Amino acid sequence: MKQERILMAHGSGGLMSQRLIEEIFKSAWDNEIMAPMLDGAVFEIPAGRLAMSTDSFVITPLFFPGGDIGKLSVCGTVNDLVACGAHPMYLSTAFIIEEGFPLADLRRIAGSMAATAKETGIKLITGDTKVVEKGSADGIFINTTGIGVIKEGIDLRPSRIVPGDLIIVTGYIGDHGLSILAQREGLRFSTPAVSDCAPLYQLTALTDKYQQAIKCMRDPTRGGLATVLNEIAQQAGAGINITEAAVPVSEVVKGASDMLGMDPLYMANEGKMVLFVSAEASHDIMADLKKIPLTSHASIIGEVTSTATGMVLIETELGARRILGMLEGEHVPRIC
Amino acid sequence: MNEISQYQQKLLQAIQKVSKSITLMEVCGTHTMAIAKSGIRELLPENITLLSGPGCPVCVTSQGDIDAIIEMVQIKDIILVTFGDMIRVPGTNSSLQEERSKGADIRIAYSPLDALRIARKNPHKEVVFLGIGFETTAPAIAITVEQASAEQLRNFSVFSLHKVVPPALEHIFSDQEIRVDGLICPGHVSMIIGTGPYDILTEKYKKPCVVTGFETIDILEGIYMLIKQISQGEAKTETQYRRLVKREGNLIARQAIDQVFELVDAKWRGLGLIEQSGLALHHAYAEMDARLKFNIAEKAEIPIKGCVCGEVLTGKIIPTACKLFGKACTPLNPVGPCMVSQEGSCAAYYRYTPWKGSNK
Amino acid sequence: MCLGVPAKVIEIRENSTALVDVNGNQTEINIRLTPEVQLDQYVLVHAGFAMEIIDESIARETMQYLEEIMQYE
Repeated sequence: MKQERILMAHGSGGLMSQRLIEEIFKSAWDNEIMAPMLDGAVFEIPAGRLAMSTDSFVITPLFFPGGDIGKLSVCGTVNDLVACGAHPMYLSTAFIIEEGFPLADLRRIAGSMAATAKETGIKLITGDTKVVEKGSADGIFINTTGIGVIKEGIDLRPSRIVPGDLIIVTGYIGDHGLSILAQREGLRFSTPAVSDCAPLYQLTALTDKYQQAIKCMRDPTRGGLATVLNEIAQQAGAGINITEAAVPVSEVVKGASDMLGMDPLYMANEGKMVLFVSAEASHDIMADLKKIPLTSHASIIGEVTSTATGMVLIETELGARRILGMLEGEHVPRIC
Repeated sequence: MNEISQYQQKLLQAIQKVSKSITLMEVCGTHTMAIAKSGIRELLPENITLLSGPGCPVCVTSQGDIDAIIEMVQIKDIILVTFGDMIRVPGTNSSLQEERSKGADIRIAYSPLDALRIARKNPHKEVVFLGIGFETTAPAIAITVEQASAEQLRNFSVFSLHKVVPPALEHIFSDQEIRVDGLICPGHVSMIIGTGPYDILTEKYKKPCVVTGFETIDILEGIYMLIKQISQGEAKTETQYRRLVKREGNLIARQAIDQVFELVDAKWRGLGLIEQSGLALHHAYAEMDARLKFNIAEKAEIPIKGCVCGEVLTGKIIPTACKLFGKACTPLNPVGPCMVSQEGSCAAYYRYTPWKGSNK
Repeated sequence: MCLGVPAKVIEIRENSTALVDVNGNQTEINIRLTPEVQLDQYVLVHAGFAMEIIDESIARETMQYLEEIMQYE
């Protein structure tokens, strides 16, 4: 059977564009807001503050253990909204597709976006598709923009962090970065590591419940945990002390990192959150996190201090403290 | 606390008890990294100094050699395959990273065998492997060259920047300005060359050498062994890394190096020209020597203004004593090679700076 | 430069290659430099090659200076 592929005509705005949208996108995402097929989505929102976040997704390979670019594009924006303390509600998406892209892959990507959105309770309400000439894009690029509603009283931001607050990471780090790396051409190794790509919408129950105690959250994606901690230390004007031994890293990720000369602290995650919480509530928050499957391996990794402001210090296994810097340049495998 | 952590603490305490002023040098970049990352340096008492020697192959590569490679990648239809760290090293006017953005085909590999795969896949292109590293890496390149030769893979060649460690150590010991009481010897280089080369050093210069592994526990043991020898006035070659290093090294690997390479004089950044310290492809493999194949002439050394990588590499000054350190020269915008390579002393100091308690 | 990782040989293959395992991560390496390597032995892997076989009897014999240090305490 001949494989159906995206043609330039699919992006022409004519009949073929219409068919593509009807067959692939609308059928996967059908909901009452998208149904009238207007030039934009028309919808109502509950009263209150809103959070809005946008992100573009480019990844090789498009399909990887634990997810694909479609799932990733929904999770990424959902998690950014969750990190703002918002309940994710609506999502828009835009595709840039390379001429010749297999329709079956597009269908699969649209399907996994729909499934992830459904699981999260977020609605895909408007979208756009452009086709570019062969060679002008790497398969497919996806942008998503999300809107969420923030309940009254929730105010997550670095400036609320104070010395004494504890830092929680919601589970094992580095798995996404490693699973993607293993798929890359050239690095011929296999790993049981699976991307942690997941929508962390259940954390909204915690941000609602611990309005005062949860000060700030951020998802450690590109640049990894080390980079996020540095950003927050700078933004909060506080010092951060973490203990190397408390950071959850699986033996698989440790082994592969040794093999490739990489550091899990700088590897990307797509289903983790870093929480800054008050020490008094930390016990209860940890107990609640442990009840949610996606965050059941949460660990308190360190605390906020008033010394060494703007910096992250890590206590090594040997008991020494050194500076944990931000990622500089590309995090490439090395043997030297 | 488990048994190993307890033992590590005991070793540390024993080391901390020494009152004599002792300067040790680690001559392997992987040791530099491991020492920095584990925080060993911070936990040592002030009378024990750890210097980082010329053990990072990227760092000791001369400016002229880097410029020569940059000239080569501009030739049409060349695919340059290299290990990760080389990509950011600045030449006089450009870096491989910059050349890649301008369209040069430069690929990062984990093994030299990957370059053979690329050569088979691209018969109409010239695939050049950038051979860099010491005796640990050279056997891998040697086997790769032999394989390419057996397959008659005519579009494959090697640009060899390989260097050997013992002549550089001799250079350091013979320099009156460099005061080193003992050497933490490179575990993986020694796994190939054995411990014989150190005997010459211990006899001639009366400085102890301990071949050391790379785990925190190994390094602490290595330091302990050196300090013990120094305290007792001894100077012999010992091996801490016994699980891997044999007296004679790996004979097959040594043979592979001897068959494929020949010793030549080589320029080391910071150390200058050292006789018989480089590995060039043996004339029997001349057609696979990228320098000859693409007619790349030697380039003059243009020193980088203000950069004292040379003195850092010989342990004459510590990285933080350089005027550029952390200001004009950072891992993101490296001026000298010691800041580029993750194993470079400057990068290790910058990334894993011990926390001394004051704010910045 | 001399980054190396201990890996367990889990399959010996044709053309002097072997499959090795590091905590569940697997990769094929060249074993020309350690031709006598056997299944289940650990090797030191560098740049896709087994560089040497690890002597496990010594690997287990860690903490060689513990007694000595304790004596001086």
